[in-house]
Amino acid sequence: MAGAPARVDVRKTYKLFIGGAFPRSESGRSYPVTDAEDGFLANAALASRKDARDAVVSARKAFGGWSGATAYNRGQVVYRVAELLEGRRGQFVDEVARSEGLSAAAAEALVEVAVDRLVWYAGWADKVAQVVGGTNPVAGPYFDFSLPEPTGVVAIVAPQRSSLLGLLSVLAPVIVTGNTCVLLASEPRPLPAVTLSEVLATSDVPAGVVNVLTGRVQEVAGWLASHMDVNAIDLTGVTDADLARDLEVAAADNLKRVRRAPLDGEPDWTDAPGLDRLTWALETKTVWHPIGV
Amino acid sequence: MPFDYAPAPESRAIVDLDSSYGLFIGGEFVESEGGRTFKSVSPATEEVLAEVTEASADDVDRAVKAARRAFTETWAPMPGAERAKYLFRIARMVQERSRELAVLESLDNGKPIRESRDVDVPQAAANFFYYAGWADKLGHAGYGNDPQPLGVAGQVIPWNFPLLMLAWKIAPALAGGNTVVLKPAETTSLTALAFADICRQAELPAGVVNILTGAGETGRALVEHPDVDKVAFTGSTEVGKAIARGIAGSRKSVTLELGGKAANVVFDDAPLDQAVEGIVNGIFFNQGHVCCAGSRLLVQESVYDEVLSRLKRRMATLRVGDPLDKNTDVGAINSAEQLAKIRELSAVGESEGAQRWAPSCQLPERGYWFPPTVFTGVSQAHRIAREEIFGPVLSVLTFRTPAEAVEKANNTPYGLSAGVWTEKGSRILWMADRLRAGVVWANTFNRFDPASPFGGYKESGYGREGGRHGLAAYLRRSDR
Repeated sequence: MAGAPARVDVRKTYKLFIGGAFPRSESGRSYPVTDAEDGFLANAALASRKDARDAVVSARKAFGGWSGATAYNRGQVVYRVAELLEGRRGQFVDEVARSEGLSAAAAEALVEVAVDRLVWYAGWADKVAQVVGGTNPVAGPYFDFSLPEPTGVVAIVAPQRSSLLGLLSVLAPVIVTGNTCVLLASEPRPLPAVTLSEVLATSDVPAGVVNVLTGRVQEVAGWLASHMDVNAIDLTGVTDADLARDLEVAAADNLKRVRRAPLDGEPDWTDAPGLDRLTWALETKTVWHPIGV
Repeated sequence: MPFDYAPAPESRAIVDLDSSYGLFIGGEFVESEGGRTFKSVSPATEEVLAEVTEASADDVDRAVKAARRAFTETWAPMPGAERAKYLFRIARMVQERSRELAVLESLDNGKPIRESRDVDVPQAAANFFYYAGWADKLGHAGYGNDPQPLGVAGQVIPWNFPLLMLAWKIAPALAGGNTVVLKPAETTSLTALAFADICRQAELPAGVVNILTGAGETGRALVEHPDVDKVAFTGSTEVGKAIARGIAGSRKSVTLELGGKAANVVFDDAPLDQAVEGIVNGIFFNQGHVCCAGSRLLVQESVYDEVLSRLKRRMATLRVGDPLDKNTDVGAINSAEQLAKIRELSAVGESEGAQRWAPSCQLPERGYWFPPTVFTGVSQAHRIAREEIFGPVLSVLTFRTPAEAVEKANNTPYGLSAGVWTEKGSRILWMADRLRAGVVWANTFNRFDPASPFGGYKESGYGREGGRHGLAAYLRRSDR
């Protein structure tokens, strides 16, 4: 037969990642994902409201265990993700190159920064409390200390352009500090996020700590912003200013911590991060106890 | 048998009130542009203390312009070491005028002079002293080497600790290089106006601090003013949510310190006399007008009877009355409106089946009063166990296991504070770990300090006030 390859490749079905499992959207919907030249890449699941709610339930269920794990343990788990990512570099280079329209060399450079970023954040797990917490010298016979704690379930609208490095740059700091999350992948470039979820599933990240949805920002973000069991929302990937405002209004119903979209578009994710993302989804808890005999 | 006390009133001669007050804008008291006036009354006697101006939207605009000018021309460019000296100066002046401020606060707010004298005013001075020292050390505060001020802060504060909340707001803002427009609550404007006079005495550059008196409309105009960069609000969760919606889509920073329904958890091994003192301090301090009040008492079943009988015996010795009397424990409810709310929720408590108890105490005939009250037989579904009453009303629930205590303590959309009473250290830390609250007091309650971060989880708001953490609310990190 003319035009048929000698061997037909086996293509992957890109699914959602909820509670450690890979369901299709319960709605049965999908949407075509294209490369930078509009060529067809794959059909991705088009997440529904039910999928978003299931993901929040999974994230909440995982929160107690993950936030209660030792910081040393969380650091090792995130480091392990970096190890696995490194081992699947080829696959990510290919997907990032096709998703973002980059040369293989350019994509490889981004994947390397992404792996290194994970390693950087992994090391923060058991240091952040010492850097942002401490004892407070109060004027009285009390031992008084403050320490950071994870906010809870964090919804993340991932960057729309940077499909892997941007994604990991917003995800890693949130989970390494003990939060669990529901991540809405880049709408036009969701494939590296789905492949990342396959890495997460085979790493030591407990089920439900990261849940990955693919679909329409316009549709899914609103359900996450208004969900009363989500504690914080990162709007980094929301590019429509009106939608961003509506999401912030919805988030006020239970006073979610809101991280607004950057004013001047997506940053250069290869820049070394400060502590801003590491700390935005943390609460400060202060404990007092009298000193006396 | 309670002792009789001779009256020991603090003299109010030290307070020299004007009959009416304007607005403090650009370093001077000015007349309003089209604003009305309202009366500030003493809640203990319903006597009119002074006429106060309700700032109009035009006044808000004038004040924000003054603050902007001061920010760009004077305060932000000033070296931190120089800003620090102004703040130290203010701290000293608050100390120097502490007697006057304490009497004025008790007159206007209704709180016992013992509390305004020993807590509100010294803590207000301490906040200025604490943050003064940060003004020239911001690069060491953990927000990058060169953190920047946000700009003009619009600050709206409540009536429960008028001068202290002013200090919590203004001191870190000024230390960070911001300028402020602050609106005190409409029932408690007078110490903020006295503070304006302190700013004048301290020769603080014009426009760095602007004080606008008024009610909700003034507050809304302030937080929604387009040239305000930072909004700081302490008050109800309902208004906090409205503010969060109102600034959506803007680039304004916001910190919110909102309501609470704190659990105060007493285990069977707790030192019961100390615990009872802590329970009383937790809910009757400042008439229960405290966002972090220990309004839900969770007692382990095995000591329930013992704790309740000791608590009632202690409550019977609380002296309710003249806020200016140095022996008074519980003063006046701040306003007729708040009194009506406390009465309404207490009535709901009874109608939902809880049992109400209060010691017999003689309440003054004029003014707004409510006796220290405890409800037993309260279930988690009762409104008095879920809603913030903001008055001297305690709801008592029981638990059997530590896990049940945690479950019940966290079963609220709020998360401001919590208390734990037990002699077992490991249990304190186990509880502290699991309580979803911004402040956990173990074997103590209602302690505050300028060096200690304070603020809520969940619907109790976001951001911290106090300590190094409190600076974050007024700085832009340089290491994004």
